[in-house]
Amino acid sequence: MEPVAIIDRLRAEFPDEVVQGYVNQGQGAVVIRSGRIVEMLRWLRDSDDLRMNHLRSLCGVDNLRRKGPGLSRFEVVYNLYSIPLRHEIRLRAEVDDKDPAIDSVVELWPGADWLERETFDLMGIRFTNHPNLHRVLLPEDWVGHPLRKDYPLKGKEEWAGMTELLDKIKELDQHGFDPEGHAHGQSAPEQEDD
Amino acid sequence: MTRPIKQHLEIPVADGAGERYSLRMGPQHPATHGVLRVDLELDGETIIECIPQVGYLHRGFEKLAENKTYAQALILTDRLDYIAAMANNVGYCVAVERLLGISVPLRAQYIRTIVGEMSRLCSHLLWLATHALDIGAMTVFLYCFREREILLDLFEELCGARLTFSYPRIGGVRQDVTSYFVDELQRFLDMFPSKIEEYETLIDTNRIWLKRTVGVGTLTGEEALALGLTGACLRGSGVDYDIRKHQPYDAYGQVEFEVPLGTEGDIYARYRCRMEEMHQSVRIIQQCIDQLPPGPIIGEDAPDLVMPLKAPTRIEATAAAYGSGLIKVIRDKNIYISGDVYVATEVPKGELGFYFISDGNNRPYRMHIRSPSFIHIGALKALCKGELIADLIANIGSLDVVLGESDR
Repeated sequence: MEPVAIIDRLRAEFPDEVVQGYVNQGQGAVVIRSGRIVEMLRWLRDSDDLRMNHLRSLCGVDNLRRKGPGLSRFEVVYNLYSIPLRHEIRLRAEVDDKDPAIDSVVELWPGADWLERETFDLMGIRFTNHPNLHRVLLPEDWVGHPLRKDYPLKGKEEWAGMTELLDKIKELDQHGFDPEGHAHGQSAPEQEDD
Repeated sequence: MTRPIKQHLEIPVADGAGERYSLRMGPQHPATHGVLRVDLELDGETIIECIPQVGYLHRGFEKLAENKTYAQALILTDRLDYIAAMANNVGYCVAVERLLGISVPLRAQYIRTIVGEMSRLCSHLLWLATHALDIGAMTVFLYCFREREILLDLFEELCGARLTFSYPRIGGVRQDVTSYFVDELQRFLDMFPSKIEEYETLIDTNRIWLKRTVGVGTLTGEEALALGLTGACLRGSGVDYDIRKHQPYDAYGQVEFEVPLGTEGDIYARYRCRMEEMHQSVRIIQQCIDQLPPGPIIGEDAPDLVMPLKAPTRIEATAAAYGSGLIKVIRDKNIYISGDVYVATEVPKGELGFYFISDGNNRPYRMHIRSPSFIHIGALKALCKGELIADLIANIGSLDVVLGESDR
């Protein structure tokens, strides 16, 4: 199906949800409200003439510095593809700045589990009803969400685990531990096994 | 003085009433193909729960790319799947070209198809080598590395690097192929199919290999699709999804090849798929060499090494410099088109997708990398539940993951 036709189908089925539809470089996309996202994706997956059975990617976008009218602070972008019918569509779900959250789609595609965890980890968007919403790439005690536009490239502060490690090295130094190994030309006495 | 070591006199078996224990496998473990950690909850040797943990190799590529120009961010993609870096480079370039509407000369398209398929051979050879090694077939490892070495030498001849190439450019490739390269590649192609048969004689009907792979890690097509698996992992379950056929890029539309499909969806089916894919790669490269058209290797509107900070800028280059592909020519048009685009390519591991948002600046506003390895590791939990711990090793090998790509 042509991108424009898919957008029209979505508009007809969910008139209150679809904010805007457009085609860019031959790819159709719609900006939608996030309230009925699970319902919409289920409909896209199960309709006989659409059959979008492959969730290609899921990611978060921070619109803080993006030029354009009427953009919400965050977006969750779903790229769907239909393997039997060979067409695609992109859904951009608007997410508010205040307590950013959207419904999880793990019940539709179990593979979305880690993609949503990644979005939570790096962008700080919560996915309600997610079975295990924890950080996946960064350590659990990391502060902040690096892919947000107000997060500086070099980070804000040293990670607690790193400070811990540096303190440990200092402590070992006091006991004459040489982290460089045999830097002073003296080999350590060999341990004898018997 | 040696410390007394506790001997394992009894092997605990799963009887339902047995004592559960947890085992942390990795991140420094030879069979996890990188820094993958798997937290296991075991009853005897049966896996009750398997929780993969990644992130040890996270370098923040998506954040870094937002602070680099499109041409600069290319080198990051080498470090994704470092076993098939060329395929990643090509995937990135194809995506940026689609985003900015840049056309690629025909010759460059064919060269990129050749190097992409060579990269697939490299990756599959390394996969077969380590997968067989994990299961206990040491010899295959040495045989595969022998042929992989030839391919790496060819890459070195082409661009001077053996692992992180950065050879393709947005809008073309960096250097033209030499006749020496084409001749050597032809010799390799003549020789290689017989080598695939050689690997097959080692393991194809090997009783141990069959015991370890047939009926292990089975997934139906629907399950594999729901888990987001792509590449040979999906095709092993019988789903016909190959982006080279579905949405052809570069020269894939002009060459003939088949997409091998499995039926059983187990480790053996995925193994057979990848072995057949190697035959098909040889076929594709052969056709590309035969049809290789003459012409320029980089487009005239390609924003190569130098990216202007303001859009309509003209940088003059002499004809000689233009031919080498090292200096770019920017025409008086705005190459930075606002918009977003998702472009996927078929890399050896599966579907590598780039989601770009451009806001009319010379840097990507957002670059999301859909890496197949990340999603494949996420599927490990579902794949290994209730299986034996030895099958976990076989499953990790069969999913063909690279942690550089997973963690980004």
